[in-house]
Amino acid sequence: MNELIKLSAAELAAKLRAGEVTSVEAVQAHLDRIAEVDGTLNAFLHVNAEEALAVAAEVDAIRAAGGAEAEALHPLAGVPIAIKDLIVTKGQPTTAASKMLDGWMSPYDATVIEKIRAAKLPMLGKTNLDEFAMGSSTEHSAYGVTRNPWDLGRIPGGSGGGSAAAVAAFEAPLALGTDTGGSIRQPGAVTGTVGVKPTYGAVSRYGAIAMASSLDQIGPVSRTVLDSALLQELIGGHDPKDSTSLPQDLEGLVAAAQTGAAGDLTGVRVGVIKELQGEGYQEGVQARFNESLELLKNAGAEIVEVSCPNFKYALGAYYLIMPSEVSSNLAKFDGVRFGQRVLPTEGPLTIERVMAATRAAGFGDEVKRRIILGTYALSAGYYDAYYGSAQKVRTLIQRDFDAAFEQADVLISPTAPTVAFELGANDNDPVAMYLNDVATIPANLAGVPGITVPGGLSEGLPVGIQFLAPAYEDARLYRAGAALETLLEKQWGRTLISQAPAIDTASIAQEA
Amino acid sequence: MSAISREDLVHLAQLAHIEMSDAELDKMTGELDAIVGAIASVSEVASSDIPATSHPIPLTNVLREDVVGQTLSIDEVLLNAPDSDSDRFKVPAILDGE
Repeated sequence: MNELIKLSAAELAAKLRAGEVTSVEAVQAHLDRIAEVDGTLNAFLHVNAEEALAVAAEVDAIRAAGGAEAEALHPLAGVPIAIKDLIVTKGQPTTAASKMLDGWMSPYDATVIEKIRAAKLPMLGKTNLDEFAMGSSTEHSAYGVTRNPWDLGRIPGGSGGGSAAAVAAFEAPLALGTDTGGSIRQPGAVTGTVGVKPTYGAVSRYGAIAMASSLDQIGPVSRTVLDSALLQELIGGHDPKDSTSLPQDLEGLVAAAQTGAAGDLTGVRVGVIKELQGEGYQEGVQARFNESLELLKNAGAEIVEVSCPNFKYALGAYYLIMPSEVSSNLAKFDGVRFGQRVLPTEGPLTIERVMAATRAAGFGDEVKRRIILGTYALSAGYYDAYYGSAQKVRTLIQRDFDAAFEQADVLISPTAPTVAFELGANDNDPVAMYLNDVATIPANLAGVPGITVPGGLSEGLPVGIQFLAPAYEDARLYRAGAALETLLEKQWGRTLISQAPAIDTASIAQEA
Repeated sequence: MSAISREDLVHLAQLAHIEMSDAELDKMTGELDAIVGAIASVSEVASSDIPATSHPIPLTNVLREDVVGQTLSIDEVLLNAPDSDSDRFKVPAILDGE
């Protein structure tokens, strides 16, 4: 394995700046790794080799020429990145892992992609996900499952399993994800990587194919806390094209990660959420969580217990609000202006029947379930009982967070209740699948930011630790997350990801 | 709260414009029942004095100057169209019958 691919984004960026390696070498090393392992993992739906190498060569030429243009390069210029295939890109297909968008080419770039292009990060390609980001396992992709690099028989989490697996398997140092109910953080937890859901509106959603607009958020995926901070500072900021974009920039994220890396949390109040542990959480997950608390305490943090009594209604509220917004957002896939069009096999050829045939063929089971559930929740006679009640629960959850943040600067919980489960384990039980997001959903409902950092292993599989902070206080996540990362790595004597087994490419037949 | 019957599901699938086979309808009726059972608890706590939250971060309406911004050319717009005819989307009959 080329050692270049093991570097963090920050380390690679430093070597690029120092002229020790070229961006073309770095990109090629990652493309070689993709060629080696992705037939087994299926983390990528599209590999963008030609353009990535061209951007890398451009960065190398600017650096070689020196002068003002070289100095003006973004610190991450030349560091390759993978993009979740829910985010639209010119020049590369965007499918949302749905048959509905097979072959669709976006006529425009998402705002985060414009920023990545301006900073000259070579884009390695588009990563797999659950169809339209609906799922917690990446098993609902129309283009095959992604496998967990830690155990090829297990899920990489979802919906952003492709981005998390790509970063965990050293196919990319950085990736973009989207998090509606945990789709960045839960895959991060089960693949031993870092992922951040920023404050709602901190990163523009323009060009992220909408699933549930009041919950969706783009965020960074990486192997280190510092790398996520660097990436969030790059992609964040106000965007006039997204009317939910925050007016102010969130600053000091990288600085907070650097402060945290000293491993000192003197005076920081860490609130343990009573309701997000214990029953339903695997023993090994709970054990790693308790060990992390001890480390934080030894580093000077004040550990307090906080209660969020309405969190037990969060899952229910989420599975009403999200499908309701889904049913509306996905109405545009009607076979008229873009995407697939499927004609009914018999009977009159009217637009209504073409739409119904198109949506029947273009959407997978989970997408259909959620559209139907949302249509039900919004229908006459049920609106107040379901959607109306769920919106009230949202208020209660925000109040729980407000009260908790009176007592604590950051909150902490396991990111997911279990380690990665086996592929197919929840095939016939959607409700069991939904429970994977029990600890991540409250942040989306309240709009607050969250991070997952690797917390150790249980049965040889990664466990994630989640920190949550008040809205706009993303910097607190980076400080606490970097501190825990430092403390744990000091204890282990190495990083968690360095303990991942080699990927046995011979064991899984290469998929077409 | 009432469960979703198969007849309800047929109606919902029509509203959502998704054609469903008998087998799909049978399977989904049971699944939706289980899901609705798991989420119905929200109404336990939602009393009338609690205001609804539609959006996590309250922002007021966003306005911009009334000038032409980024637009797409007709070719770009029609690039992904399933069917088109002289600068227009082409669709099957909107109305049933003659």
